[in-house]
Amino acid sequence: MNPRAAEDRDPGLQPERTRLAWRRTTLASTVAALLAVKTALHGGVSPGRVAVCAVSGGLWLAFLLVAHHRIRTLATTPRPQALAPRHATAGALLTVALAVCAVALVL
Amino acid sequence: MIGFARNVRLWFAPQEIRQEGDTPDYRFSLANERTFLAWLRTALALIGGGFAVDQFLPDLRWAWRVGLALALLGAGVLCALRAVNHWVRCERAMRRGEDLPVSRFPALLSLAVAVVAVAMVVVVLVGWEG
Repeated sequence: MNPRAAEDRDPGLQPERTRLAWRRTTLASTVAALLAVKTALHGGVSPGRVAVCAVSGGLWLAFLLVAHHRIRTLATTPRPQALAPRHATAGALLTVALAVCAVALVL
Repeated sequence: MIGFARNVRLWFAPQEIRQEGDTPDYRFSLANERTFLAWLRTALALIGGGFAVDQFLPDLRWAWRVGLALALLGAGVLCALRAVNHWVRCERAMRRGEDLPVSRFPALLSLAVAVVAVAMVVVVLVGWEG
């Protein structure tokens, strides 16, 4: 590694740790989305259930998009800016929407 | 609760937060972000737990199964909303140089999870017959 890159790098690897935290969170959302699809298609296929299945998949993709955006920023900037509130809100609201799908499937 | 409603505005307004105070050391903001993500994972895990109760305890009485699943899903929703709210409050406190906000949410969540766990043990032992 050239000396300049070593100088730019945060010695506590904070951006890397944050990037991996996003990665873990996408894994958790993948598990939740897969459980949603399993629940939706468990009791036979009906148009309503397929629709909930599609919505869950869409929420998962949207979450991946938010995470990907942040991961790219963290990976390319040596001193990344704080997370934008709308991205934090998007992550939380996508999680809430998945829970709403879950309620629709459970009832 | 009123404070919560006031914070909801900040969830969507990056410029309003950045107007206040000074930008803290970027490492503090990243630490706050990781805490937020940890809470979000907790929320996702609770939602996964709700699905799991519904899917993997099919012999339970309907009311018990749906009740436990809804309790876990509700906890997941609260956890996600609280995660972003707490993140905004911490971010603002750091910019203003105030103390970080304290919260009784972790204690309440632990109690709720403990109650659901005990209920699940009791229901699985006693309530097998549908």
